[in-house]
Amino acid sequence: MTAVALTGIGVAYDGIAVVHDVDLEVGPGEWLGLIGPNGAGKTTVLKAIAGMVSATGAITMDGAAAPGPGRERARTVALVPQTPAIPQGMSVTDYVLLGRTPHLGLLASESDRDLSVVARALDMLDLNDLAGRRIDTLSGGELQRAILARAFAQEAPVLLLDEPTAALDLGHQQEVFRLIDRLRADRELAVISAVHDLTLAARFCDRVILLDGGAVVAAGSPRQVITEQNVARHFHADVRVLDHADLGLLVVPMPSGNGHAERHADQVADDAADQSDGEVLEP
Amino acid sequence: MTGGELRPTRLSGRWLASSLVVLFLAVVAGAVIGPADIDAGSVLASLVDRLPFVSVDTGLDGRQEAILWELRMPRVVLGVLVGGMLALAGGAYQGAFRNPLADPYLLGVAAGAGLGATAAIAFAPATADWVIDPLPLAAFVGGLVGVAITYAMGYSVRSGRTAVTLILAGVAVAAFLTAVQTYVLQRETETLRQVYGWILGRLSTVGWTEVLIVVPYVAVCSVTILAARRLLDVMSIGDSEAGALGLNPTRVRLVIVLAATLGTAAAVAVSGLIAFVGIIVPHAIRLAIGSSYRIVLPLSLILGGAFLVVADILARTVISPAELPIGVVTAFFGAPFFMLVLRTSRGIAA
Repeated sequence: MTAVALTGIGVAYDGIAVVHDVDLEVGPGEWLGLIGPNGAGKTTVLKAIAGMVSATGAITMDGAAAPGPGRERARTVALVPQTPAIPQGMSVTDYVLLGRTPHLGLLASESDRDLSVVARALDMLDLNDLAGRRIDTLSGGELQRAILARAFAQEAPVLLLDEPTAALDLGHQQEVFRLIDRLRADRELAVISAVHDLTLAARFCDRVILLDGGAVVAAGSPRQVITEQNVARHFHADVRVLDHADLGLLVVPMPSGNGHAERHADQVADDAADQSDGEVLEP
Repeated sequence: MTGGELRPTRLSGRWLASSLVVLFLAVVAGAVIGPADIDAGSVLASLVDRLPFVSVDTGLDGRQEAILWELRMPRVVLGVLVGGMLALAGGAYQGAFRNPLADPYLLGVAAGAGLGATAAIAFAPATADWVIDPLPLAAFVGGLVGVAITYAMGYSVRSGRTAVTLILAGVAVAAFLTAVQTYVLQRETETLRQVYGWILGRLSTVGWTEVLIVVPYVAVCSVTILAARRLLDVMSIGDSEAGALGLNPTRVRLVIVLAATLGTAAAVAVSGLIAFVGIIVPHAIRLAIGSSYRIVLPLSLILGGAFLVVADILARTVISPAELPIGVVTAFFGAPFFMLVLRTSRGIAA
């Protein structure tokens, strides 16, 4: 059974296609990673699933056509944005309570059940001590937990994360990933996340999809997709991918100019092509 | 941990009761203070006397009774309605535009409403034939045009857009609309005198006509805005995230802005241009009590009324027996307060 399936998804902004022909599917309890360079279309794919941009193609959820944008969609899909807006002066409890919005009638106010869902979300993310604090006084790691708690309060079976740890230090990155992993297992959540850190992607994602230029260029297990060749070709980065017996895949950036020239000859050719059809560059 | 231990932000009964007491005290003070000597006990007695099935001796003679009920009380009640409406509209605009500096006056709403009302006074034939008084409606149309131009201009700025951008656009729109209004006034000198005092804002009224004009608008607009108080909290995380939570932010904003503009227009139609109430009152509540719109909006309605009544007392007494326009008093306190808000608010409008 699939929780979410995309078939031939395309998105255009102002008539310019930024995502085209994207297929993907993810089942309950499964974690799918979206990787790719900046501007590859990861965020746009997530927004299309959340119903925040209009897309061509078909999106099915739980076997049926996805509901249009609105409260029903928001009860099915929760999105943790890359840079959430932090309302000044709002308490953590009130912020997490916003996650109940799709379950409330327009003019209704929250019931006891809504409050108990929020209490559970605060509990799960270890936010009880911070519940009364102002959201704009939290540290980066605390804030990320509050944002996740808001998403969990939505009680949606599909969780979308847009580079959830981009602003966090190493320790908090690991903490957040472990947390998502545990909650995904507990609740059979289907998780789709854009991930910057390829080692973390390899560690936590069941499958990954590599996007470049708005299209899927590779899909499969982390071992199949996260290869030195793929990273060189699509990220234009020089890395070593090590397969460690205990730690799994490790993606290690190489110091620049460290000589993998012949292996990346195709990349250099790509670069030249990019430059020739782009604007004139300064010498 | 259960839901019972959670402490979501709500308007507490204590704050609601306190603000109603403040409003009541302001109303009594407004009725007591003035050249004719009427003491607080008589005012209270007279208020009780007006309740159905109750009759008490007020100790007032006929002249005092007339001063109280045909001069002072209409003026005080008008102050409550106009002040409450302007403060509530200010809070509503701040939420709908996610802009702490938004205010009916600074968004060009008041100037547009002023132009609409002036045009109605200058060009509309005798108003007795109309089923509905055209003045508030003309003011509403003018106010809508004002806020629409401000919004379009403020949001057409592509780069470096901050909270201040929208307000700058509002100032420009207000200046333009005021210029047109002055042109209309100069052409129609007949109406000049009638309109002049009104530009600076005034609550002077004889009898209950103005109160009756403004009551239905204030009622409808307040109920609409207050009903959306939770939605304005959701809007505070921005359009795209609010949309991801299933809200239609454009529709909510439209309803809120229409209601706030209609209420502002009705207030402007009876009392002229009174600035800064929509800045001072909601922000004072945010600073003192809390920033949730569930708190800010209801208390703005109540305390905005009290604030304007007190401002009117000052307007009547500082240079007594002459009178200051009330807009001068609110600007005197409001402009420094605006500077304070400007200093402490980050550029959060997207």
